[in-house]
Amino acid sequence: MTATTAVDTQQRNALEVRDLNFFYGKFQGLKNVSMDIAEHKVTAFIGPSGCGKSTLLRTLNRMYSLYPGQRAEGQINFYGENILDARQDVNLLRARIGMVFQKPTPFPMSIYDNIAFGVKLYENLSRSEMDDRVEWALTKAALWNEVKDKLGQSGLSLSGGQQQRLCIARSVAVKPSVLLLDEPTSALDPISTGKVEELVHELKSDYTIAIVTHNMQQAARCSDFTAYMYLGELIEFGETEQIFFKPKKTETEDYITGRFG
Amino acid sequence: MSANDNFDHKKYRQRRRANAVGLTLSMGAMVLGLAVLLWILGVLFSNGLAALDGNLFTQDTPAPGTEGGGLRNAIVGSLMMVGLTVLVSTPIGILAGVYLCEYGDRSKTAELTRFVTDIMLSAPSIVLGLFVYAVAVATMGNFSGLAGSLALALIAVPVVVRTTENMLRLVPGSLREAAFALGAPRWKVALMVTLRAAKSGVITGLLLAVARISGETAPLLFTALNNQFFSTDMTKPMANLPVVIFQFAMSPYDNWIRLAWAGALLITLAVLALNILARVFFREKVST
Repeated sequence: MTATTAVDTQQRNALEVRDLNFFYGKFQGLKNVSMDIAEHKVTAFIGPSGCGKSTLLRTLNRMYSLYPGQRAEGQINFYGENILDARQDVNLLRARIGMVFQKPTPFPMSIYDNIAFGVKLYENLSRSEMDDRVEWALTKAALWNEVKDKLGQSGLSLSGGQQQRLCIARSVAVKPSVLLLDEPTSALDPISTGKVEELVHELKSDYTIAIVTHNMQQAARCSDFTAYMYLGELIEFGETEQIFFKPKKTETEDYITGRFG
Repeated sequence: MSANDNFDHKKYRQRRRANAVGLTLSMGAMVLGLAVLLWILGVLFSNGLAALDGNLFTQDTPAPGTEGGGLRNAIVGSLMMVGLTVLVSTPIGILAGVYLCEYGDRSKTAELTRFVTDIMLSAPSIVLGLFVYAVAVATMGNFSGLAGSLALALIAVPVVVRTTENMLRLVPGSLREAAFALGAPRWKVALMVTLRAAKSGVITGLLLAVARISGETAPLLFTALNNQFFSTDMTKPMANLPVVIFQFAMSPYDNWIRLAWAGALLITLAVLALNILARVFFREKVST
């Protein structure tokens, strides 16, 4: 493989961001961002705090629409449809583009119901089909063996790392096309982090994954493409190997080598 | 204590004296408050316990000049009115609280609702009773248990609304976002995730509202009035503990005065139990 551009010609894109500007009231959080998120690949967003990587992630499932005063301009094409369109059904969109957050957020219900909650929103499954789906999702998230005997227990009774995998299972269970991970391991210990990273690797054969991380090794380990952002701008975007070994821009190199700032 | 010691001993002694004075004053205030409370409970228990007997729960309030008697009609009346109030104000209060926190965060309607609720919270209960008298009793033509429940609901609803809203606000936004991120519509997020997370706090608020209304006399005086006989018909005047206490305590009859003490003790014990229950619920919330 000698492809040096971000996306080779055979690769389909799940999401295409075009001239995206984002505003928190008067403050501009993203400036003219354009990038492609390739299907069934892992795309990592790196950059210092406040650079806009989480903001970018939260535009991809219209999470920002919950808050009046936040708005996005430009285009984000999700398999051809512009999700920034005012007519977009955001609930349906979020079922197709799932998201996992920094802190584990199990719902105050049983492990089983944590998984079933999202599935029930858009599918009408029989009890046995739901049982299968719950097992499938928990297996995908490498949690099944640890919880199969206590599905009725509260999701809050699990450890932090298990809770985070439960949240991943919950997102996987609704079978989205894209998974957005917002610093999914920053609250976890190294062993749980390792498990989540393995999971990301496993999941990419079925899902398109975008991950925000503060941890450069993590981006290097588990992503195919990396975007370096700074002050709301996309500084450099390309294959992870190229970004880490031959960055084209000195800013990127300074950040990656720790000489930043 | 050498000569070149930098420590200012004079200032240190001064601070210790100020500390002792402050501590004494606050301890004194605490003892004073506690003493009054214990005094009240002491008087209540010594008079109330003497009046407690089996007849309290089997006989109705006695006619003037007759011996014995109990509080059965008043206990049942109070339970029915408070029960109806809870049935009515729980859904209204909780749904209004959900609206304030989950829907109308900064809207004009929510601001207005919050403002009105705050006024209702501090409105003198006799004013609420008078209002119900004017709109319900006067128009229906007679005093009734229903009117009494309505007056009590006017007191309970604002309490439930505000505690529900406050408890929902304690639920971290990340939990809401996680539910939205699965594609859940707002009402499902509110009812199935946020409200569930705040469950024990909301129940605590409900119990405190019940404790608040179960001793209210003023709103019942000219709504439910009182009834000397046993009645479960809520469209008629209804016996209730607070008003019985009010009337019997000022009567010249010894057995009436004893019953008033017994009623006061019953209400106090019920409120105490509710408060303890509320604390237990709230502690459960904190531990999970």
